[in-house]
Amino acid sequence: MKTRKKRYGSIISYIVLLILLVLMPVFISSSSYKLIFVANILMYVVLTVSWAMFSGPTGYISLATSAFFGVGVYSTALFSAELPLILVILIGGIASFCLAYLVGSITLRLKGMYFTMFTFGLVELIRNLLHWYEVNITGTVGRMVISPDATTIYYTMVCIFIAVIFASYLIKRSRFGLALQGIGESEDAAAHTGINVTRVKSVTFAVSAFFMGLTGAAMSLRWSYVDPTMAFDISRSFMPVLMAIFGGMGHLYAPIAGASVFSILEEIFTTKFPYYYMLLFGLTMLLVIRFMPLGIEGIIERLLKRKNSGYAEKS
Amino acid sequence: MNILEAKGLNKHFGGLAATSNVDGYIRKGEILGLIGPNGAGKTTLFNLVSGALKPDSGTITFKGVDITGFKPHKIARMGIARTFQSVKIFSRMSVLDNTRLGYLFGSTKEKEDKADLGDADAILDFVGLSGLGDRRAIDLTLANQKRLEVARALATKPGLLLLDEVMAGLTPTEVAQAMELVKKIRDRGITIMMIEHVMKAIMTICDRIVVLDHGEKIAEGTPEEITCNKTVIEVYLGE
Repeated sequence: MKTRKKRYGSIISYIVLLILLVLMPVFISSSSYKLIFVANILMYVVLTVSWAMFSGPTGYISLATSAFFGVGVYSTALFSAELPLILVILIGGIASFCLAYLVGSITLRLKGMYFTMFTFGLVELIRNLLHWYEVNITGTVGRMVISPDATTIYYTMVCIFIAVIFASYLIKRSRFGLALQGIGESEDAAAHTGINVTRVKSVTFAVSAFFMGLTGAAMSLRWSYVDPTMAFDISRSFMPVLMAIFGGMGHLYAPIAGASVFSILEEIFTTKFPYYYMLLFGLTMLLVIRFMPLGIEGIIERLLKRKNSGYAEKS
Repeated sequence: MNILEAKGLNKHFGGLAATSNVDGYIRKGEILGLIGPNGAGKTTLFNLVSGALKPDSGTITFKGVDITGFKPHKIARMGIARTFQSVKIFSRMSVLDNTRLGYLFGSTKEKEDKADLGDADAILDFVGLSGLGDRRAIDLTLANQKRLEVARALATKPGLLLLDEVMAGLTPTEVAQAMELVKKIRDRGITIMMIEHVMKAIMTICDRIVVLDHGEKIAEGTPEEITCNKTVIEVYLGE
């Protein structure tokens, strides 16, 4: 009974969040800056949730987020003039999915640090390869993007946000999610229990990359100009990791909370303290890791526990 | 009828022959003991059979199918389940989820003569973990963790169960309970191959024993034959 009540509670809070997001443009329709600001938060939320979808349960720390985001960006750069918006964005997601599946099935045998280093290298590899191609074959470095209005970009991000939450929830609740968790705990035991370890890992890696690709395609719509350095910015690989640490990874809400709070902080720091925002970032991370090692989630769970233990000493 | 047959199994790690030219078979429904000094190649043999390692040469046949070089998950689905020398449970998951994983992924393929012990709950009852389903696996005692590993293996509905030192580190009472459990599993029609250092246990419950030393099979026979075997005594006690 208690868990069911809790589940209803969380479903209601997601619905409220959703209604707020959908109605947002009505409140702040005059300001496309604010709309893009919220879209930017949603971007980080989607990147963090999709990162945590794979890296949370398995413990494989991926730094390839920027690679898949960049693939999405280039889908927009190549096709935004010719194809309808939805198709452009889907191409970005599917291209990232394919790349991740390919890369995953080759490299997910690597464990721990080696996998992380490889994913880091992947971003650099693609960026430099693309740069070389653009300079030597096409003869230009950057490309123009046809930008739609802010509201369109905003609603696109809301749709991607809903999709990633839904997918994340389904994976968590399914036997697939249980298998992922098993892989994270003991890969050997998982394999000998009948789990096709390589396939489960590659598919999840690819699904998480799909959403990163979608996000890249959607967010680059507002850039009007892209080049490889912008598209494959390595900080976009590190941000989701930091945000997931900041928020926690046990529950679905945790990376959402982490990414939202962190990206709002980023906005405040960079606009109010443009000269030492990196310093403030570092300081924040240090304090978070020192005083709330389980992130925002840790604090919330502790509060919930305290509240619940007031009623009954069950479980 | 032999459920498993191995012919000329070789596995080298660098210059070390972990198993060399091992032949062997397991009859359906028996309990086969695998003994030998440390480093004799017992666990390597398990790893070869369960697919964790690929043999350098030789073949393994399970129920008439050549499974040499198959991936571990495929072998598990075909009906060979195993436990590990150092317990490998999914420690942060609940006891029930540990078992469910075996049930959901291992038992998917149609196995014509599978020993069906029921769902995850029934299997937990069977191994003696009833009422502990909600616990986190890591919070169990060592004896119960080993039971959980057996439960997870059983949930894949195996025809052959490989037990790697399930009795190591247990108290005498727990060893007795584990022996009961092994017999109970066999009575459900599951063939068992077990590595064990607890001699009393292995001599009591095994139908047949194979002795390995330096990767070679040096003896094979009933417990009585093994206890009288001169080579075995030499290996264990020195010449």
